[in-house]
Formats: sequence, C-alpha cells, structure tokens
Amino acid sequence: MATIAQRRPAPSPLRRQETRAGLVFILPWLIGLLVFTAYPTIATFYLSLTDYNIVQPPSWTGLDNYRTMFFEDPAFWTAVRNSAAYSLVSVPLKLVVAFGLALLLNMGVRGIGLYRTIFYLPALVPPVAATIVFILLFSAQGGPISAVLGGLGLRAPDWFNDPTWSKPALILLGIWPLGVETLAFLAGLKEVPQDLLDASAVDGAGGWQKLRHVVLPLISPVILFNLVIGVIYSFQVFTQALIIGGQNGEPLESTLMFVVLIYRNAFRYFSMGYAAALSVVLFVAVLLLTLLIFKTSRSWVHYEGGLR
Amino acid sequence: MTHAAERRVEATARVAPATVTRHRRPDWLAPLARHALLVGVAAVFLLPFYWMVMSGLKSNGQIFARPLQWWPDPVVWDNIGRTIGSQYFPYFRLLGNSAFYAGGVTLGTVLSCAAVGYGFARLRFPGRDVLFAITLATLMIPPIVTFIPTYVLFAQLKLTGGYVPLILPAFFGNAFFIFMMRQFFLNIPGDLSDAARIDGAGEYRIFFQIMLPLVRPALMVVAVFSLLYTWHEFFQPLIYLQDRAQFPLSLGLYAFRSQRTAEWASIMVGSFLTTLPLIVVFLFTQRYFLRGIATTGLKG
Repeated sequence: MATIAQRRPAPSPLRRQETRAGLVFILPWLIGLLVFTAYPTIATFYLSLTDYNIVQPPSWTGLDNYRTMFFEDPAFWTAVRNSAAYSLVSVPLKLVVAFGLALLLNMGVRGIGLYRTIFYLPALVPPVAATIVFILLFSAQGGPISAVLGGLGLRAPDWFNDPTWSKPALILLGIWPLGVETLAFLAGLKEVPQDLLDASAVDGAGGWQKLRHVVLPLISPVILFNLVIGVIYSFQVFTQALIIGGQNGEPLESTLMFVVLIYRNAFRYFSMGYAAALSVVLFVAVLLLTLLIFKTSRSWVHYEGGLR
Repeated sequence: MTHAAERRVEATARVAPATVTRHRRPDWLAPLARHALLVGVAAVFLLPFYWMVMSGLKSNGQIFARPLQWWPDPVVWDNIGRTIGSQYFPYFRLLGNSAFYAGGVTLGTVLSCAAVGYGFARLRFPGRDVLFAITLATLMIPPIVTFIPTYVLFAQLKLTGGYVPLILPAFFGNAFFIFMMRQFFLNIPGDLSDAARIDGAGEYRIFFQIMLPLVRPALMVVAVFSLLYTWHEFFQPLIYLQDRAQFPLSLGLYAFRSQRTAEWASIMVGSFLTTLPLIVVFLFTQRYFLRGIATTGLKG
C-alpha cells in the first residue's frame, strides 16, 4: 500500500479530477435542491406575507395572513385539532401494532414468508382505491363491519357519516398499510444477537424482561426512525381525508385535515398567500415536533458503537 | 469450558429458550396459539381485499342486500367487462397514462439518484459532507411547503395541464433515494475503484462500468419504490392535470367515483384494476421491496 502511494504521481491532479467528477455527479441534485427545494421554501415564506391569487402579482400584507389564521378563521383551529388528534392516535397505534406483529413473526413461526406477504399487501393498494373500499367496508347499509358488530348485538355507528366516528375510521384506514413498519421492525429484530437473549435467559430474565431490557434498547433506533417519519407523514394525510370528507371535511368538518385546508385555500379559493402562510405553520410545527422527538430520544434511544 | 458457558450452549441448543418452563405446557401449544393469532390478524388485514373483489362481482342490489352476501350469489362476471368498457373509466387509457407517468418518474429517479448517491458516497470534494447533511435535512420539509411556489413556477411557464411538472423534477434527484443509493455505494469495497484509478480508468468509466453493475439490485430497489409511490400519487395529478384523457389510474378512479357515485360494483372493479398492476409487479420483485425496507428501516 505504502509503495503504491509513493509511486503515484503527485496527488493534486488526481484529486482535482476527483473533485470535478464529484461535482458533475451531484450536479442534478444541486440544481434540484436549488430549484425544487430551496427556492420554493423561501418563496413560500415570502408569499405567506402577501395577498396572492396567481393572476395579479403578490401584494405585501405583512403578517395579515397569520392574524387572520389565528384570530379570524375558525377552520384553522378545526384543522389543527383534527390533524393533531389524528397524529396523536394513529402514529403510536400504528407503531405498537406493527411492533407486536413483528415480535410475533420473529418467534420462528412456520410459513413466515406468506404472513410477510399478507401484511405487506395493503401497502400496495393506492390510497384512492383503499379509501373507496373502506367507505363501502364501513358503510352502515352494506358493510360487513356493521353487519358483524350487529351480529354481536352491538349497534354499529355509521362511521364515515358520523362526526364522532369518522376520525376513528380514518385512523383505521391509515394504519391498514402498517406492514411496512412491521417488516422494518422485523428486520431490526433479526439483528438482535441471539447470545444476548440467551445470556439474559441464563441470568433468569423472563420474556417480558428480555423484551424490556434487551430487545427494546437494541431496536430503539428503528423505533425512533419510524416515529419521526410517522409524525411527519401523519400531518400530511390528504388523499384519504379529501375523498371521504371533500374540501369541507364532511361530516361537520370532522375530517378537515390541515393539508385539506391548505389545498382548499390554494386551489379552490386561489388564496395562495394564505395557503402559503398555512404551509409555513405546518412546516414549523413539524420541525418543532421532530426536534422535540430527537431531543427526548437521547434518553431512550440506544446506539451501540454509534450510528450505522 | 466454564459452567456458565456450558449452560449458555445448552440454552442455545434448546429450541425455544424463551419458555424455560415453570409449569410444563405441551410443546405444540405455543406455536398453535401464535398461528391462531397470526391467522386472525391476517384475516382482518385481508378483509378489505376480499370485500373489494366480492363486491366487484355483485350487482349493486346485492352489495346492499340484507342479510349480507359473503359470497356473491349469483356471481356477476359481467361487471368486469362493463367497467373496462365504460366511458367513465377508460381503463387501458388510464393504465397507459399511469405507466407513462410512473415509468418517466422512475427512469429519472434511478438515473439521477444513482449518480448523486455515488458522488456523495465515493468521491471526495470540498463541501460534500455539509451538502449531504443539508440533503438529509430536506427530508423534514413537508412536500406541501414547497408545492405552491413550484406550482406557480410551472403555471407561469405554461406547463400545467401536462406531465412535465409531474415527471421533470424526478430527473433532479430525490433526497430519500439519494440517501438510499449512497448507503448501497458505501458498502462496496474501496479497493476496487482505487485499483481501476491506478490502471488509468476515468471517474465516469469507473461509475458506468464497475460501480453501476455492482449495485444493480440497489437500482431495482429504488425503481420498485419509485414506481409504487408514483402509482399511488394523487395530489399532484389532481392539481396539474385537467384533461380526463391524461389522467393516471388513481385520479381516473377518483373521477369515476365522483361521477357515478351509486355504481358501487363497477367502482370496486375499478379499485381492483387500479391495484392489480402493482400486485403483479410486487410478485416478481418482492425481494427488492423487502430489501429496501430492511436496509433503510422504513416506509413504503
């Protein structure tokens, strides 16, 4: 190795060539980052301080949009509440069920390949199709869910037409494709070294203690990753909510999610400035939540020998 | 061998070390219970599929019949032909549009992300690590935040109402897939390119002739996920496209349901036909999906 290095010509032309090649390789992204990320992000902040309907040039209004949002637009607070409730329930629920399924699949069951496929299938269904199927599935007239509940002597609600039950049904629709998280956890569980589990068994740890003190710490980076992604994505639920509730979040604004509100203002009312202000609020909220999760993660996420 | 080590070997040898039995349970009980639980959960997960297919084979009257028909009686095969032939759901046209859309995005994504991921993983240049950190940070920007000015940009260029705004950005990379490709390139031993460099191969030849063939499975992983995401995409086509003849499947299905609200049987056939191509692709490329999830720990 040393001799080769000595025999090489002076490193600078080679290094310069590498720098040039490196810049050529990342050039598409450099352009993409500037044109499709940096510029629009800055422009959104700017537009949020204007009144803009695309046809006329934006006119500066300062913080007016934000004032309207916080003090005059009740739909804003409705959407905030809806999106927060949706995230607060669906993200933990999805992670817990996915983790439980992964534990179950990791117990050396036979036919694991088939189960893996079955649990992954819902993730393949386009959200439009999944939502439409769920509307029928949960319908009070022809839906099997209401029929089964009725058979058990329970009075089933008219899910998507009942403002109390539309959100729970929307959440169930959102956790249906949890096979992705399940498989991610399963891959993580496979990495837990068997000797550690055996050693803890020798030390007298039962199933629960092994889970709590060996498996969970080792898999905590995967949990953190899925938690962050889950939070970021859950605030962006749009397709399902729009198809179920339309732009007004029927019934009674119970499915008016934050991005539906942005869509309605931007592309129905053409209040681009106001929609931009809403986007900025979403951006800041997601950013703060993510930072908060990362900050608390130091106390519960365990890295062995640093990030891999 | 120490006593402890002996016991550890013994523990490893046992089939299920977890159940160091206090009360003796029969050996078959735990696996049976596990299977029962898994079958139950699998049934719940498959119910929407089952209902979609069964409802597609009923008449509209049968769908809402009481008592519920768990099996269509009679089976209305006619629905399939009638849905495909319907002017409200021109299936093959929508399928072609989806294939064009997903194909274009996937091509752009694979090309750009392979090159950029390689640049970040294997070439040294000033500012590289900062730029990569910025790339990762952009993952935290909700897409809607950048959407409005991007839409305005394309509107001012008079490019809305077609596929340019939907496909073109894919050729400029995607932070998540760049991250993924970089991971794959990092796993290739460095000696290989060093050797080629000493032999006088240029950087571009190293990339195209040595590196790309080595990461072919990774390219497939990016391709299948890009295809899946694009097939699912609803928001952007909804905003950018107005002409029905241009709609991809998801948007076509949405428009179909909006117009023919009561035709549940055909709508279910349409939902199934929208999903079917993805299931076919998945059956042939399952290992790439699994690999993608395992390497990045996420998100489909």
